Amino acid sequence: MLKKSSLISLVRGVGLIALTFFLSGCEKFIVFNSKGPIGQKEAQLIIIAFVLMLIVVIPVFIMVFLFAWKYRASNKELDYKPEWVDSKKVEMVVWSIPIAIILVLGTLSWIYTHKLDPYKPLKHDLPALQVQVISTDWNWIFIYPEENIATINELIIQADRPVSFKLTSSTVMTSMFIPQLGHQMYAMAGMQTQLNLLAEEPGIYQGLNIEYSGTGYHTMHFKAIAKTADEFNAWLAEAKQSPDVLNRAKYDEISGQRIMNYPITTYSSVEPNLFLDVMAPYMEWMGHVGVHPEDYLESQGHSGHGHHHHAAPDMNHDSHSDHDMTHEDHSGHDMHTMDTDTLNINK
Amino acid sequence: MFGKLTTGDIVQDPLTLIVVIGMIGGAIAVVAGLTYFKKWGYLWREWLTSVDHKKIGIMYIVFSLVMLLRGFADGIMMRTQQAMAIGESQGFMDAHHFDQIFSAHGTIMIIFVAMPFLFGLMNLVIPQQIGARDVAFPLLNNISLWLTTAGGALMMISLALGEFSNTGWTGLAPLFGLEYNPYVGVDYWMWSFQLAGIGSTLGGVNFIVTILKMRAPGMKLMKMPIFTWTSFTANVLVVLTFPVITIALLMLTMDRYLGMHFFTNDLGGNMMQWNNLFWMWGHPEVYIVVLPSFGVFSEVVAAFSKKRIFGYTSLVYATGVIMFLSALVWLHHFYTMANNPSVNVFFSITTMAIAIPTGVKIFNWLFTMYKGKISFATPMYWTMGFLVLFVLGGMTGVLLSIPPADFMVHNSAFLVAHFHNTLIPGALFGYLAGFSYWFPKAMGFRLNEKWGKLSFWGWAVGFVLAFMPLYATGFMGMPRRLAHLNNPDWTPYMYIALVGACIIGLGIFAMLVQLFLSVKDRKKNMDVTGDSWGYGRTLEWHTSSPPADYNFAIIPTVKEIDDFNRMKEEGIAFKQPEKYFPIVMPKNRPHGAIIGVLTIVFGFAMVWHIWWLAIVSFVGIIGTVVAIGFDDDSEYVIPAEEVKRIEDERFAKIREAMAQKTNNE
Ligand code: HEM
Ligand SMILES: [Cu+2]
Repeated sequence: MLKKSSLISLVRGVGLIALTFFLSGCEKFIVFNSKGPIGQKEAQLIIIAFVLMLIVVIPVFIMVFLFAWKYRASNKELDYKPEWVDSKKVEMVVWSIPIAIILVLGTLSWIYTHKLDPYKPLKHDLPALQVQVISTDWNWIFIYPEENIATINELIIQADRPVSFKLTSSTVMTSMFIPQLGHQMYAMAGMQTQLNLLAEEPGIYQGLNIEYSGTGYHTMHFKAIAKTADEFNAWLAEAKQSPDVLNRAKYDEISGQRIMNYPITTYSSVEPNLFLDVMAPYMEWMGHVGVHPEDYLESQGHSGHGHHHHAAPDMNHDSHSDHDMTHEDHSGHDMHTMDTDTLNINK
Repeated sequence: MFGKLTTGDIVQDPLTLIVVIGMIGGAIAVVAGLTYFKKWGYLWREWLTSVDHKKIGIMYIVFSLVMLLRGFADGIMMRTQQAMAIGESQGFMDAHHFDQIFSAHGTIMIIFVAMPFLFGLMNLVIPQQIGARDVAFPLLNNISLWLTTAGGALMMISLALGEFSNTGWTGLAPLFGLEYNPYVGVDYWMWSFQLAGIGSTLGGVNFIVTILKMRAPGMKLMKMPIFTWTSFTANVLVVLTFPVITIALLMLTMDRYLGMHFFTNDLGGNMMQWNNLFWMWGHPEVYIVVLPSFGVFSEVVAAFSKKRIFGYTSLVYATGVIMFLSALVWLHHFYTMANNPSVNVFFSITTMAIAIPTGVKIFNWLFTMYKGKISFATPMYWTMGFLVLFVLGGMTGVLLSIPPADFMVHNSAFLVAHFHNTLIPGALFGYLAGFSYWFPKAMGFRLNEKWGKLSFWGWAVGFVLAFMPLYATGFMGMPRRLAHLNNPDWTPYMYIALVGACIIGLGIFAMLVQLFLSVKDRKKNMDVTGDSWGYGRTLEWHTSSPPADYNFAIIPTVKEIDDFNRMKEEGIAFKQPEKYFPIVMPKNRPHGAIIGVLTIVFGFAMVWHIWWLAIVSFVGIIGTVVAIGFDDDSEYVIPAEEVKRIEDERFAKIREAMAQKTNNE
């Protein structure tokens, strides 16, 4: 048996450790140390919901211990009433309080879910920086279509300017997440998903894949670096000087073999429409359901069309080598009866 | 001849090899022991081929506890790895190995611990609670047990030959397709899951029919014990949703075996469809495992407060609402899949709505304690622990149900903390409460209380230390399923979590000591009356401990909700009936065992593409099922004199015990 004094010092010790953890670690709780408006609202929401729920949780805690103590069998002045098994009044209270809280929380959820829709462009004076994201096994490729440059395993953005991500995957499902900026979004092969974020301050934020994607999953983290406008422009100019280019062959080399920790590289130019070409081999089959690449290209800021259906070679799909043929046969026809909805899944 | 299987597939990794050799050694010891003591016949006649629901229940629970040990071993390995693998250190295993462990752990805990445990408790208790002599389809019951164990056996074989899946207990499209996973791991997962799932579906059908058709006269639906009610709703969910996963797994089978494209990236495959199908089963599944556990808490809290459950009617309705809503929330597992916000909101609100009936239940339990006379025996410890800890899990669940909040913690360590917070206090504590509560009923002697309580403290304290830190690291951006950490901020929390897991290990150790001591001292702790705790309220306490084959010599006629309590109050609970009648009982039959063994062979043959063996075993299974149809010799009669002899013996003991009690007082 533990002595009482040693028990107290144990409790004290544990409390002290917990406290130091908490105080020293406050800014480490990056979800609550958000540097973007999206993340801040989400953190706020978590706290509001938490506090609301305490309305039920605290009474429950109190009642558990109180009732257990008061109605213990060994209590000398026990107020034992076995016939007290129903009470309309109590029933009313125990149904209505949770209902009321859930009504409030449900309303909050309704409002915030629409307000914080990841697809919603952020209002800002500056136009959003466009970034196309391709997840591979097991690296992140970031393409800046307007600047015609790209990076791998490092994301450079401009602070205080919205970023509009389009995501796809060259392989399995992944999820891009930069906790200090805001929500995550899945990336899926043959599909494009969207995500809008903003970093208020310059800084280095950790980014990662948070959807398990195979053996190299644990290496899929990257730095998201937000730079001031000047720094960012300087970086753009510098990027243009890079000797490396992300052409088709390079892309195939990166994505075709399963590699981890590809060295961080900046590319001074990118194969035109690479992002669409990555999706194309999987999209062809959607042709029969309807995809409209033209709308889709416009939304990307491209006016030209037709490139993407020079089908991308099948990176990992050597077994379907006859696939290009069928594609050419149909492309002229099917691709024009498509409808954006399918492509942007449910959007 | 052996399909894909070659000697190169025998496991190489030294750690696994040691475990495998240990397991084979254990198996040889068991076989040798059985042979030496000439117990094979006994085992076969009395257990393996038994259609007695009580024995089937015990076998389910034994199987579940064995698998719990394996699942726990996996858990502690993952905790060790995450505490070690930071920066330069790769920990003690590589990522591929770690990935198999979390997949195995999740699959084991849900399919081979939770499901068999709850079917075990239902088997043990429900026929007795409703005043029946067996379940509706006794042989089917035995077949269900065998299918579940066949799945578990296949899973264990994967340790020695080949590997296990790396795609989690959920499976992950398109990662589990041939393209990314050509080896046998996914096949092991798929077949063991599939076979056990079919067993569960059959079990679900069995219990629905049993509860609807076999209640004692007078037991209206609204007079059923709460455990029977919650099990009934759980079984409705089983029958509604297990077929979904069966079909989804069959689609995956076609992808992997016939080159189809249901869940692939290309040729029209749709990975998002897997998420829908999986969670259409997966979410109801978590309620399937938790509802019976809520039932146990209801029984325990009423018995040990010596008071009927508060608000019986509202508790039943709350259970029904949970059942209904749980089928409408599956999308909350993938808010982040770019759904339209209105779709997300719909599922957000249905999810939150579940918190309402759940909250009501919590208050019902609390108000059962209110004005009660509470004895704190081991089952009550588990219940109190549940009340305190589960509330936290419920709270974080409501947080996760808000899409924008979920966007920040989805698939993070926070989620891991949340679901363990509901599964361990919510489901497992309930099973363990039921285990300690009904153990004397099943075995005829009481468990050691001291070690039972120690076990509770190990689990409760260990749980807090092992999982609360994960809430914190979730807020620090730590993902789940991580073989190697890249952020040193998380590491201190991983140490605490490892300590917590070790304390859970002490809890498990205490449970084993408890079992050992209780068996050793069983003569001192015999339960003579059948009302093991003295506070029993429902009909299962009306039978002897352990119950006779036929449970009730005379089927009782029910008048009230806690009918056994009424009998005790009226002083007729232990009155011996004047006259007995012959009783017709189902006969033990070998079909389940034969199907079980053939199923293991079939699963193994499918995993390794040994087609001839797959065909032979499949034909064997079908043949056995057909043979059941021709086997009319399925019942036997216990003559009235035999019943009288058994009951006379029982009542003599009861009278003796009562006389002794009055003497002592
Ligand atoms: C006995 C103590 C236990 C320990 C130490 C433990 C530990 C763990 C760990 C470390 C993980 C991996 C977390 C990650 O992905 O980062 C995990 C996953 C999981 N655990 Fe447990 N666990 C325990 C008990 C249970 C129980 C009782 C259940 C269910 C009844 C359960 C169900 C699961 C499930 C479903 C997963 C997810 C697997 C996946 O990612 O596919 N665990 N557990
Ligand atoms: Cu769910």
